[in-house]
Amino acid sequence: MVGRKVIAFFIAALLAQAASAVIEVTVTRSTEAKQPIAVVPFGWQHGGEPQSVDIAAIVRDDLARTGLFEPIPFDSLPGRPHRYDQINFKDWRLLGPGSLVIGNITPSLTAEGGFVVEFELYDVLRQRRVIGYQLTASAQAMRRVAHQIADYIHEQLTGNPGAFDTRVAYVTEQRGADGSARYRLSIADVDGHNEQVILDSSRPIMSPSWSPDGTRLAYVSFESERPHVYMQTVATGDRERITDFPGINGAPAFSPDGDRLAMTLSKDGNPEIYIMDLRNRRLRRMTNDPAIDTEPAWSPDGRFLAFTSDRGGRPQIYRVAADRGGQAERITFEGSYNARPVFSPDGKKLALVHGGGGRYRIGLLDLENGALQVLTDSSLDESPSFAPNGGMILYATREGAGSVLSAVSPDGRMRQRLAVRTGGVREPAWSPFRN
Amino acid sequence: MDLRPFRIALIFVSAAALAACEGTVGTVDDPVTTTPPATTASGASTSGAGGDTVSGAQTGAGAEDATTTTAIADPRHPLDDPSTPLGTHTIYFEFDSSDVPDSAQPVIEAHARYLSEHAGASVTLEGHADERGSREYNIALGEKRTLAVRRLMSLLGATGPQIRTISYGEERPAQAGFDESAWRLNRRVEIVYRTRE
Repeated sequence: MVGRKVIAFFIAALLAQAASAVIEVTVTRSTEAKQPIAVVPFGWQHGGEPQSVDIAAIVRDDLARTGLFEPIPFDSLPGRPHRYDQINFKDWRLLGPGSLVIGNITPSLTAEGGFVVEFELYDVLRQRRVIGYQLTASAQAMRRVAHQIADYIHEQLTGNPGAFDTRVAYVTEQRGADGSARYRLSIADVDGHNEQVILDSSRPIMSPSWSPDGTRLAYVSFESERPHVYMQTVATGDRERITDFPGINGAPAFSPDGDRLAMTLSKDGNPEIYIMDLRNRRLRRMTNDPAIDTEPAWSPDGRFLAFTSDRGGRPQIYRVAADRGGQAERITFEGSYNARPVFSPDGKKLALVHGGGGRYRIGLLDLENGALQVLTDSSLDESPSFAPNGGMILYATREGAGSVLSAVSPDGRMRQRLAVRTGGVREPAWSPFRN
Repeated sequence: MDLRPFRIALIFVSAAALAACEGTVGTVDDPVTTTPPATTASGASTSGAGGDTVSGAQTGAGAEDATTTTAIADPRHPLDDPSTPLGTHTIYFEFDSSDVPDSAQPVIEAHARYLSEHAGASVTLEGHADERGSREYNIALGEKRTLAVRRLMSLLGATGPQIRTISYGEERPAQAGFDESAWRLNRRVEIVYRTRE
């Protein structure tokens, strides 16, 4: 028993090495009332290679990171049931009105080298099963299976879909001893595992933006000495330069239908917002003002573009109708600096960078009543990005001499820190839900 | 029981991560699910070799402007005499402002005169911002600063084709640091000669 555990652990460590997880997540602030939950290590049913990824641990950690759940440590579990008939509900009264998750892993009979992962969620007080699913996937997909299980549990227990089976794109910068810089655009699972570098350059990379189906990223690269917008298919690495105008080519943002890209171009003399139809590459100009107009963000219904403009003297957020542009309406009035807007998935709120008192923090604007709530208390925050379920806002913040990623809940009560061990990390973009 | 191996695992992983960083980036293994493993390095990598390019050289020049300007003085060429306006290649700005300060007027006048008297000379004006605020706004701010300098130079006799502009926003600070002492050196336009006579 111990021997097998050690082997499984060793393989897990090897796998982690291959994945070279560079982000470590810690919860820095959370809510008081948490739901107790017990995730029992899943049973391993004979045959094939030992299952290397500890699925239960991933599920447990996913749930713990939300700050909504209080998982019981494995060594405090009163039992290790894998099936319903092994559950002695009396043992689990310590959970109070909590939940119990059990599961089993078996080699797949149909998918070569694959596994069948079953899990069940139990209501301990009522002594009944709440949900139970069976997921079949390849050995390489086991981390993802664990995240999907956590998503099911999260949705069942909170009413909101989980966003564990999603990814984050971000930019890192590393300085060599000779002062030379390397810029990388990377993608990782939201728990920091499976980091992949998808672009590596000696010149700056900026502003990654996901296509709504999560298959492509648009971003700005200075690789040709001037900034241009590129679009890259994540799975294949195929990429294409899609702008080649003088001046700024920046701030790309996919429309919710994925057919268009809003962007900033200064080809006519100063930065203006344009929409490019990706099917025919035609441009439509959405703003017309001698001031700076940049950082367009689509409302989820595709009707509006919010953007940053200093047409009033200082940067503030404005909005135009995406079907015709024209007259812009100012929507932020609090403070002397509001920039880089992004809509919440329900379209009711706008996260932004709010400057005031010499600090730049993440703010949340309620579009219905105009109230602006400052969510963070650091001093140099930027690049807010919503989880696709709206449950967290990821952003970059200055910490010591480096830049790290943090996340905050829209009510400001829950905060996470994602510590990257390799140099400065910034411009996080949370992916859409995966298909 | 559970915590200890986990801690060991973390150490192990971080060592592995470090090793991975030191070495090549070519991680072929991709334990992620999806469809074909996304090893995109070949198509995506730009032509590496930082430093061979104009931009690499400019970064160096920027850093020296900020700290050891006198070290590169070449008294034989007026553009390299740092004691003169023409030997000054950086113009600094106030926060969130593209107004060229009065103190920079002699510098702009000197370079405009040089350009008007040397038709074969040309410059790139590189606009920069400090790290505060949002990145794309800072790109726009850096551009606005270059355009303000270009406008003045044009008024003073430099011709359009002699002056190119590019903004790096906050992406290429001249000075590391997180307070005003660094920020004031980063809010700048650098006058970089592409050709001189």
